[in-house]
Amino acid sequence: MENSTHKLEIFRGLLKFKSNETKIWGVLFFLSIVTIVEVSLGINKPEVLIVNSFLSMKLINWIFVILTIVKAYYIAWDFMHLRDEPQGLQFSIVITLIFLISYLAFILLVEGNYIFDIMYEGFLSWNF
Amino acid sequence: MSSTITTSINNEKDLWGGGNRPFKASYGKLMMWFFIVSDALSFSGFLVAYGFSRFKNIDSWPIADEVFTHFPFLHGIDAPMYYVAIMTFVLIFSSVTMVLAVDAGHHMQKNKVAVYMLLTIIGGAVFVGSQAWEWSNFIRGEYGAVETKGGQIFQFMNKETGERVALDEFAIESHTDRIQHESNSGVWFYGEGSLPSFTPDEVIAGVIANSQIVIKTEKIDANGYKVILSREESLEKITQAINVVEGANLVNNEYGNRLFADFFFFITGFHGFHVFSGVIINIIIFFNVLVGTYERRGHYEMVEKVGLYWHFVDLVWVFVFTFFYLV
Repeated sequence: MENSTHKLEIFRGLLKFKSNETKIWGVLFFLSIVTIVEVSLGINKPEVLIVNSFLSMKLINWIFVILTIVKAYYIAWDFMHLRDEPQGLQFSIVITLIFLISYLAFILLVEGNYIFDIMYEGFLSWNF
Repeated sequence: MSSTITTSINNEKDLWGGGNRPFKASYGKLMMWFFIVSDALSFSGFLVAYGFSRFKNIDSWPIADEVFTHFPFLHGIDAPMYYVAIMTFVLIFSSVTMVLAVDAGHHMQKNKVAVYMLLTIIGGAVFVGSQAWEWSNFIRGEYGAVETKGGQIFQFMNKETGERVALDEFAIESHTDRIQHESNSGVWFYGEGSLPSFTPDEVIAGVIANSQIVIKTEKIDANGYKVILSREESLEKITQAINVVEGANLVNNEYGNRLFADFFFFITGFHGFHVFSGVIINIIIFFNVLVGTYERRGHYEMVEKVGLYWHFVDLVWVFVFTFFYLV
């Protein structure tokens, strides 16, 4: 568990830190920037990102979801030091979760959307 | 298992008798990862259920910016999300001190581990406290609203200023003998909680008497804003009010859809419970560090394992933050 076993570069080797400790501060800095961007977008809600949508989701929500996954990646890889673990462990954790969660999300969100359509377009009025 | 192995070849025993470490990780660490993966699935189940309900009510879901507008010591100032953002920073920062504790543990620096563990515990406690504060604001509510027979929430706005109006600013108090319903006087065995400050009739009378008051409905228009009724529509719709709702509970809430508060309590509550238990575990580990348990054991892997749990709690909060407050 010495320093030599830590992989010290992030951003695919773009940034290499001298020690594990400085890497942690670097990752904190990066996560803080991402959070600040998220919060400022959430407060200001730029018109362009709200009006336009991609795959029936607003652009701003795409940005939020992507930035969240970026944050999750750095928390898992650097804070939970998955970066230093063997690839087998990385894959058995991440692929399991990605597969099961995206499956569940897909099924339930499509179903929720369907029920919305039924209530919206159905013959019955749901507004009592 | 090793007792059933008859061959005495050492290599064989290392491979199948527990001498081998899968993924070069110790038993405890792998089990922690097992737990984290399954717990992540629980949380994703909750968040996806939230998404389901939200997609089902996509045109009437409460807008988080309009719900979480409080900031400590700044009463009455509209400060959406700032406080939650600070909570997020607190949790990420306590994650950082946790990694630093793990790192110090690798170098067998007992005092450093203890200091960083203490900082982590403080961060966690601040977070849980902030969440309790959020909850109390959420439960107390600010403006109040009325509920229609169909379970819709009507909030009230001032037509001129475009600002929310609290019930006590316009409701006309009248003396009524409304008594609290108790379980012993009901046909069905149920009682009711504390009565709201106003009756629906008092609110209706207030709306009729104040020409500035209009209704803000749950519906969301194409631009993502809540639909605000005109004065005439408001006068027509207000007669449907059958309940006054102040704050939030598991049955109804003044913010909008009933499920919104249920999911808020359930998801942030479950997460808060994780943070709370994380703090407790951290305290136990902290004292173990102080008395030198890991120094004698020769390694600080326990700190690393509890660290994994702590980062996981942080990771979950990142998702809760996004899906509850941002999206």
